[in-house]
Amino acid sequence: MESRTPSRRNFLSLSMGLPLGAALAACGTSGPAPSGGGASGGAAGGNGGGGGKASYWFLQGPPGEAPRTAAVERFNKANPNGQIAITTIQNDAYKTKIKTAIGANQAPTIIWGWGGGGLRSYVQAGQVEDLTSWFGENAAVKDRLFPGAFGAATIDGKIYAMPCETVQPIVLFYNKRVFEKVGVQPPQSYGDILELVKKFNAAGIAPFSLAGQSRWTNMMWLEFLFDRIGGPEVFQAVFDGEKDAWNNPASIEALTKMQELIKANGFIKGFSSVTADSNADQALLYTGKAAMMLHGSWSYGIQQEQGGDIVSSGGLGWMNFPGVDGGKGDPSNTVGNPGQYLSISSKATPEEKEIAKKFFASGVLDDEEQKQWVETGGVPIVKGSDKLFAGSKDAEFLNFVYGVASNAKVFAQSWDQALSPTAAEVLLDNIAKLFQLSITPQQFASNMNAVIGK
Amino acid sequence: MSAISARRTSSAAATRGGGVLPWLALPALVAFAVFALIPLIGVLLLSFTSWDTLGEIQLTGLESWKSVLTDPGLPHALWVTFLIMLLSWAFQTPASILIGVFLAGRQRYRELLAVLYFIPLLLSSAAIAITFKALLDPNFGLGAGLGLDFLTQDWLGEPGLAFGVVIFVVSWQYIPFHSLLYQGGVRQIPRSLYEAAELDGAGRVRMFFSITLPQLKYTIITSSTLMLVGSLTFFDLIFVLTEGGPGDATRALALDMYKRGFQANLMGAACVIGVILVLVGLALALLLRRIGGRDPYASQLEGV
Repeated sequence: MESRTPSRRNFLSLSMGLPLGAALAACGTSGPAPSGGGASGGAAGGNGGGGGKASYWFLQGPPGEAPRTAAVERFNKANPNGQIAITTIQNDAYKTKIKTAIGANQAPTIIWGWGGGGLRSYVQAGQVEDLTSWFGENAAVKDRLFPGAFGAATIDGKIYAMPCETVQPIVLFYNKRVFEKVGVQPPQSYGDILELVKKFNAAGIAPFSLAGQSRWTNMMWLEFLFDRIGGPEVFQAVFDGEKDAWNNPASIEALTKMQELIKANGFIKGFSSVTADSNADQALLYTGKAAMMLHGSWSYGIQQEQGGDIVSSGGLGWMNFPGVDGGKGDPSNTVGNPGQYLSISSKATPEEKEIAKKFFASGVLDDEEQKQWVETGGVPIVKGSDKLFAGSKDAEFLNFVYGVASNAKVFAQSWDQALSPTAAEVLLDNIAKLFQLSITPQQFASNMNAVIGK
Repeated sequence: MSAISARRTSSAAATRGGGVLPWLALPALVAFAVFALIPLIGVLLLSFTSWDTLGEIQLTGLESWKSVLTDPGLPHALWVTFLIMLLSWAFQTPASILIGVFLAGRQRYRELLAVLYFIPLLLSSAAIAITFKALLDPNFGLGAGLGLDFLTQDWLGEPGLAFGVVIFVVSWQYIPFHSLLYQGGVRQIPRSLYEAAELDGAGRVRMFFSITLPQLKYTIITSSTLMLVGSLTFFDLIFVLTEGGPGDATRALALDMYKRGFQANLMGAACVIGVILVLVGLALALLLRRIGGRDPYASQLEGV
């Protein structure tokens, strides 16, 4: 899910100016890659640390930088012989920078990422360590975390990353004030949603806010409809590369239902012009122009910060996406970011790898770090972290997220993160067209079938 | 006698200068080679490979070329690029000429306006795009704020409207620059031409079409070349404004290249598009020189 870093894509361009220049520059820097790539193997360990110092790159800025930095500082204090040097990189630049660094064998020892398809491309290039046996020897490290967090760290049955930080399911938010004004109750089923769409439209309020230009926001809708109608197996088949997996009847039904909801004016007028990076979709909800919004759990923090008193006065409601009548999916299932992920570069020296593993075992998500994440409004992916919520003013929401994350039968990873970057781009493209009603569900399925396994 | 010797010394100076002059071009040549030619060769080579920017670069011959050339996205991107080029030229040129002619007058208020018109040129494309995006927001933008219903459209969500917005914003940004070119061009037209026309009883409109426009011929060619070739590489503004959307309605070649290379990790395919862009750009520049006439430096001031 791109969401927490919404403007990343937009701003990538700013530093690049002319695309030709960008492509030229990128191709130019490729010079050393083939000569160093693969051939020189693990011997060199081209990272900046040196002298028993592991390196670790992660994202700059709130809310994550402080807990991440503090965790490393505590680890360095406790381990004077095996230090970790950190480099913080701006959100927008990170994804390109880490990719370039890995491609040029200049990766840091510890690679921070989102797991899923991105991790798979590192694995296929042989750039990250297989941690399966290490987790086998250190079962305690694995057992204290949410089991659902390991899905996106596992490629072809092997674990290549240490889950860390917080869990971020997609939540159905609603504006209680608007519901009161219109005199309706939150939906219990997808049928209720369709009823509510009519009632809100009659009252002149948009049923759902949606930042359609950002594309991944539309994707969240499909993720839930696919799951509730056909169960998690439908997308799993796509992920596993089964031929024509998108032709599944449940998939066509979900896509059809999606277009029906759009045609029934389920979303705010002009949603294709609304962007998530400006938080315009959030504003629609807290200003009461829209009644509901499907968004990542981080939306809570945005509503709290920008939405006046909507959170403090109890005006914001939340729930898991309801079930679809007759659907196969378990309504306890959810999708979103099951966690963030730390991998170890296979090009690091054995010494550096040891330090990184020690950090995974003793530094990552220690009690202090968990506490700090809770303060930022996040739910750490550690079993029992809910006991830390007690004094928090956000306890109600944190407990809800903890409940969703720990009770979900399946916590699916967002599609654009789960698929390879190549397939994800085609997916987002076709989702945009589907929401424009410019392609039919069948065309969507055919277009997507063409990139299965790519 | 003295005239002959003067000619001799000057030609001698020219030959001696000829020894130094090529060296003066060297820094520019080196910069051109390092920052343009060598990367260009790199792009050409990469277009015959498959590379996901992470793993090893694999030589795959014409595979990237085949995949790009058979992709229905390519003719679409070419068409979008062509339309943007044509429409933005058709919109900018008349507007720039009119504003340029207007600003060429020496009145004080026109000088003031010239400064104001110049402002959009100082802003970065990204800032302009973000500003327009906020202004055009259907729920919180200009239309909603002023209560003007005709401004409350799905500006960036309808393919036709989004295309129009792109043309408009691009023009808004670049018209000041081209107006400046035309202002300079108009000020170089000799006063005597207008005086003669006035004596013959020509009106303002007649003078504009019979003197100003023909005299601006080479300015028009220069400005059009800049516009047409420049529009091939429009990227930042469109990317921030629409990301090539809705769907692929505003996905020009440059955006297509970026999306393939940096979002879909298909560097080989992106380099193919890069090569196509270079070829189209070269062809266009050559064509415009041809249109500009056999001898673009022929005098327009014969008889003045």
